[in-house]
Amino acid sequence: MGNYLVKRLLQVPLVLIVLITITFFMVRFAPGGPFSGEKGIDPVIKQKLQEKYHLDKPVIQQYGIFWLNLLKGDLGPSYKEKTRSVNEIIFESKFWVSTYLGLLAILLALFLGLSAGVVAGIRQNSRFDYASMAVAMTGLSVPTFVVGPVLALVFGRYLNVLPVAGYESGLKSVPYMILPAVTLSLPFAARIARLTRAGMLEVINQDYIRTAWAKGLREQVIVLRHALRGAMLPVVSFLGPAIAAMLTGSLVVEQIFAIPGIGTAFIESATNRDYTLVMGTVILFGVLLVIMNLVVDVLYGLLDPRIRYS
Amino acid sequence: MQRALLLLLCVLGWGCPQQTQQVQQHFRFNNGAEPETLDLHLMTGVPENRLATALFEGLVNQHPETLDPLPGVAERWETSEDGKVWTFHLRSDAKWSNGRAITAEDFFVSWKRALTPATACQYGYMLYPIQGAEAFHKGERSDFSQVGVEVKSPLVLEVTLHAPCPYFLDLAAFKTLFPVPVWLVEQHGDKWSRAENMVSNGPFKLAEWKPNERIVMVPNEHYWNRSQLKLEKITAYPYTAVETSYKLFLQGELDWITDVPLQKIEEVKWQPQAYFTPYLGSYFYRINVNKAPFDKVEVRQALSMGFDRSIITRDLLKAGQLPATYFCPRMPGYDPPKGLAYDRAKARELLAKAGYPEGKGFPEVSLLYNTSESHKQVAENIVRQWKENLGITVSLQNSEWKVYLNDVDNGNYQVARAGWIGDYTDPNTFLDMFVTGGGNNNTGWSNARYDELIAGAAREADPAARAELLREAETILVEEELPIIPIYIYVNKGMLAPRVEGWYGNVLDSHPYTSLSIREE
Repeated sequence: MGNYLVKRLLQVPLVLIVLITITFFMVRFAPGGPFSGEKGIDPVIKQKLQEKYHLDKPVIQQYGIFWLNLLKGDLGPSYKEKTRSVNEIIFESKFWVSTYLGLLAILLALFLGLSAGVVAGIRQNSRFDYASMAVAMTGLSVPTFVVGPVLALVFGRYLNVLPVAGYESGLKSVPYMILPAVTLSLPFAARIARLTRAGMLEVINQDYIRTAWAKGLREQVIVLRHALRGAMLPVVSFLGPAIAAMLTGSLVVEQIFAIPGIGTAFIESATNRDYTLVMGTVILFGVLLVIMNLVVDVLYGLLDPRIRYS
Repeated sequence: MQRALLLLLCVLGWGCPQQTQQVQQHFRFNNGAEPETLDLHLMTGVPENRLATALFEGLVNQHPETLDPLPGVAERWETSEDGKVWTFHLRSDAKWSNGRAITAEDFFVSWKRALTPATACQYGYMLYPIQGAEAFHKGERSDFSQVGVEVKSPLVLEVTLHAPCPYFLDLAAFKTLFPVPVWLVEQHGDKWSRAENMVSNGPFKLAEWKPNERIVMVPNEHYWNRSQLKLEKITAYPYTAVETSYKLFLQGELDWITDVPLQKIEEVKWQPQAYFTPYLGSYFYRINVNKAPFDKVEVRQALSMGFDRSIITRDLLKAGQLPATYFCPRMPGYDPPKGLAYDRAKARELLAKAGYPEGKGFPEVSLLYNTSESHKQVAENIVRQWKENLGITVSLQNSEWKVYLNDVDNGNYQVARAGWIGDYTDPNTFLDMFVTGGGNNNTGWSNARYDELIAGAAREADPAARAELLREAETILVEEELPIIPIYIYVNKGMLAPRVEGWYGNVLDSHPYTSLSIREE
């Protein structure tokens, strides 16, 4: 296990180097630049702007400058938000807002998904099974841009118990986060419920579970201690990338509820050709994804006694 | 259920949502985007402008309704006989928000910064009527004493123009000409405009800037006209989604939204809160005159006469946009020429004359637009009309915004959608873009007579004669040569809470906060 972990950890920088290099050159070779707009810009001024951000230098040299700064932990200035650096844009608020929303959504998705999935699995073909799987199917197929506005309409406009949109930092943020977290969690909860149910069905008929029954263990113990561990495997492998995705924000949910998370920055930096912010968000997502996948692999070993890494 | 939830929230100490506002005179609006910067010399967009006019003030202000010049930092001004020398007398009680007095020197150093090439001020051209400003800005000259700005005394600023410029007061009311606290720039660099550093001279000052959350402004107690201010607080939100902004307006969380969702236009059109007023902007198609078959003027004329614009404004856009066969919107002292109105028979005749009777033999050409539902609908409609009226086939090509800009800039198109918003209320801001080699011309079109007329207008001091020259130039543009196809004049659309008073629609969509107040209920 130890060896395996070291090997995997060594791969991380390699993956990131490849990711950074490909992104760096791709975004720079996309047509148009950060300073083009409906109103043309005077060539002299454009030259000055490019000098200011080293964009007048050959791309390979810019690549070198980028690495030098990156190794110092500096992602550079944003070309769009001219008084703030990419570090500030990502780590001063946006990423934390997204993490906050993402964690709420993950916890909710896990709670809803696991409980519905387990019960549906052990009570296969019962009314609860059909009902919860129907709800899960709906959760999967109704897109967030429908669920979000409907929730806002019902709880914000008609019942008037939660704000329809907006955000305030600090403790006051809680009411603003409820509807976005529910909206974001639903499709994930649905996936988790379906995966858990399928996992349960597979595990429940296996020999070791039968042995557990034969030993006379209580149903609760069999389900939670023995069956769920095995049934969780597909959920865990799904959770890795899903958590990374939820932590890095969702453009749709952020737009509907006006949440200042990082999902919007992800998309807008690319359309604005804000090269440094593109790099910042891609690196962030890349690191999270790599870490989550690693965590998943380790969890696999802990959950399934048959898997041994060497 | 509702009660229980509410109670739960209160008990948990999150505060009951939508508590009553403590500040009565609180104006809340959606600014549509997070400002890129609050540095007057680096800002370019509309959201930045809405904040700049609250935080800063130029020599001259504009009347909220008529846009006529009103005293700002300058209490009065005079101009020389030939209209080239302007003398501004600054008021002695004008102060920065930290109490420091504003002097002519502040304007001098600020304009110098705007024109210094290293500042890379994109709107530096707003100062170009000043003698020597253009050469200095483009780095052709490095001696700022050659630029026509002079501090005569601490309260007197003299500006020398290279030609009479009847709209110079409009420029003096534009954000690039507002004073920037240059001493702060020296201290903090690019970060001077952040909330913790900023000092400004406008009616309001920056109290809080939470990126992507809100910007709060409160009255500047040192503002010379403080006693006239009624608002006690302004909050600007950066919500980008029009739908969300509309929902918050309906909920009473916002007093002003500066856009209305397309699909709601018909629903809100007749409601008193909604407004649709003419805007200083023109929607048109550029034609690349270097590419056959558009090198033939008859083809360009036929395209312009070959479709009915009122179908587009009436059935598609629906917000009161004006169908236009002219390019420059109508403004005080300027009536645009008629242009080429829809005339199917005449258009077919012209096309036949160009060698394409009934559209036969007309090569398949494409129309480029940046990806957007509304541009697409307009383009589809026009292309269909061209097919029906002229028998020609035009295919549609959409590109992502920056790719589209790149293609237009490089002349890599045949016909391309375009829009232009004027910087100030004078036809020059529209017409000078099509002079030979103009930075925004992008059509490859060049006409010596047109260039001459625009240059002549720039020298002309008499407003009526000047308007005539500009009108003649526009006639060449929209009736004779047609390097562009005008389509419609934009409207401002938005919604304003009935409790807001002192707000007027105007073509610049500029709304001074000094005149606003909230009616107490």
